[in-house]
Amino acid sequence: MTSITSPASRAVLHRPAGRGGRSWLRRSWDRHWYAWAMIAPVVLVLVVLVLYPLIEGIRLSLTDATVRNLGNPLFGQPDRSVGVGVRNYLDILTGSGTPFWTVLVRTMIWTGSCVLLHYTLGMGLAMMLNRPLRGRSVYRILLILPWAVPAFVSAFAWRFLFNGNDGMINRAMGLVGLDPIDWLGPSNWALVAVIAVNVWLGVPFMMVALLGGMQTIPPELYEAAEVDGASAWQQFTNVTLPGLRSVSATVILLGVIWTFNMFPVIFLLTRSNDYTQILVTFSYNLFYNGQIARAATYGVLILSLLLVFASAYRRMLRAQGEVW
Amino acid sequence: MAIETTAVRSTAPGRRPGARPGATRPGGRRATRRSGASVALHAGLLAASFVAVFPIGWVLVTSFKPLADVYNTKIISHFTVANYGDILDSDFPRWFLNSVAVAGLTMVVGVFLSATSGYAMSRFNFPGKRSLMWTFLVTQMFPMAILIVPIYKIMSSLQLLDTYGSLVLAYSTVAVPFCSYMLKGYFDTIPIEIDEAGRVDGLTPFGTFWRLAVPLARPGLAVTAFYTFLTAWGEVAYASKFMISQDNYTLAFGMQTYVGQFNQNWHLLAAASVLVTVPAMLVFYLVQRWLVAGLTAGGAKG
Repeated sequence: MTSITSPASRAVLHRPAGRGGRSWLRRSWDRHWYAWAMIAPVVLVLVVLVLYPLIEGIRLSLTDATVRNLGNPLFGQPDRSVGVGVRNYLDILTGSGTPFWTVLVRTMIWTGSCVLLHYTLGMGLAMMLNRPLRGRSVYRILLILPWAVPAFVSAFAWRFLFNGNDGMINRAMGLVGLDPIDWLGPSNWALVAVIAVNVWLGVPFMMVALLGGMQTIPPELYEAAEVDGASAWQQFTNVTLPGLRSVSATVILLGVIWTFNMFPVIFLLTRSNDYTQILVTFSYNLFYNGQIARAATYGVLILSLLLVFASAYRRMLRAQGEVW
Repeated sequence: MAIETTAVRSTAPGRRPGARPGATRPGGRRATRRSGASVALHAGLLAASFVAVFPIGWVLVTSFKPLADVYNTKIISHFTVANYGDILDSDFPRWFLNSVAVAGLTMVVGVFLSATSGYAMSRFNFPGKRSLMWTFLVTQMFPMAILIVPIYKIMSSLQLLDTYGSLVLAYSTVAVPFCSYMLKGYFDTIPIEIDEAGRVDGLTPFGTFWRLAVPLARPGLAVTAFYTFLTAWGEVAYASKFMISQDNYTLAFGMQTYVGQFNQNWHLLAAASVLVTVPAMLVFYLVQRWLVAGLTAGGAKG
């Protein structure tokens, strides 16, 4: 009964204190069982399908498991993989000719440019949509559309547009006198192409989140800025941006995590093109080729990198006085 | 970048007292903006909308062309619906129903799980709350490659392989953490006095949740439904691993095998893509008016 967090309700409903003899556990159970009952289904699912697999994945990364020696319960095969300690990690991080560092740099370029473009374009479009204008709701529907299209359909649509010399994009470039580019071929143009597609896919989410954030900024702040003679740019930097701080902090963090692990776009557009591999697709390709232990090792490395990033990000926000 | 400069420029002129972005719109403000800025604003939005819609629109156009004409830049050339006939003759209808079942069930399970945990995180202060929220964030960082083998084993020991259940559970773990966050934010915007009134009237906390909070949180729930549906509708990797018999393929994965079989059959792929996109669009259209309000609360509160 005392679990509601508002001070008012606590004052009314608080159980008389000082009932002796009861353990902390018992009191805590009486107080919080509603809350625990409500999160129990989620916790159960996460423990079974995320926590246990994570531990299992870390274990696999310390073995020599491949698709051949790993047991498959479906066909009654026993598990014959053996532990090899941290050998996989050493091989991947320090082995000669290891692709890890190249792929890591590419992953950072990919993540950085995607999130930057998502955020700035999303912000620009949200600013435009946040003004009164005719047809606003139509624009909004059209601009959110890419979000509603299944990833593999978007991938197909773009593959079609980028395809060879006959694709619409090369034809359009031909019209203005540019030479056609082998967009999805073995060159860094492929990276440009997948970044473009991912930007196209990701802007709607940012736009909607930022638009929502803008609508929570009290109008009085803009009126006050107006009275003080602030220019539009000053209003943007002194009212809009601070007002969007907590939304921005959240969507940028999520954006980095999601983009870092964005698998379908790259996989469906370019399959195993060496010029577009990021850590997560690289890991998936290893898995697909049966190198399960190596794939798991890459997975653990990805998770560690993101954890380090998230903690640093949180510390940075704290230092700026943001409670997060 | 062109869009951006337009955005900045178009906000510059025409600011009058009261002419600020916001939810409330005093009348007559439209007239106060200079027409040049208005044209720039519309031009920017039109350009952006074109980029947003064109790829999908072009697939729609292509789906009505025979193979020989797919690279024809005319919008209509040798109009035909034969592509759709070919697709509907394949396993497509069967896969389509599988996908509807999987995505629908994921939506129900996902909305239920996110709503209960989101409400608990919003209303109750319980030991373990912070670590739960941190766990939700961390689950977003898991690359699938690390999880897929262990999850495969679990599904196999639960006898769920090759059933809808395996995919529904897997997709729920993907979508629920973010949705819980979003719904926590949404529940935070519903005044707690409403819950208290319910308690005074003799409702249990579960009753308060079900009878009062859930109906009020409909916009947030609509967004959650949209998000979970889309997560399940387009996923390929888990589907390719867990569904073994061809009869149980989902649309997204079945389409992949179709691509493999009939490579470069752009006309058939286009028709199939349109048929796949229609249900997603339908769900999108039903929830889009809630989208900004629903996502906002979650975003604003983090």
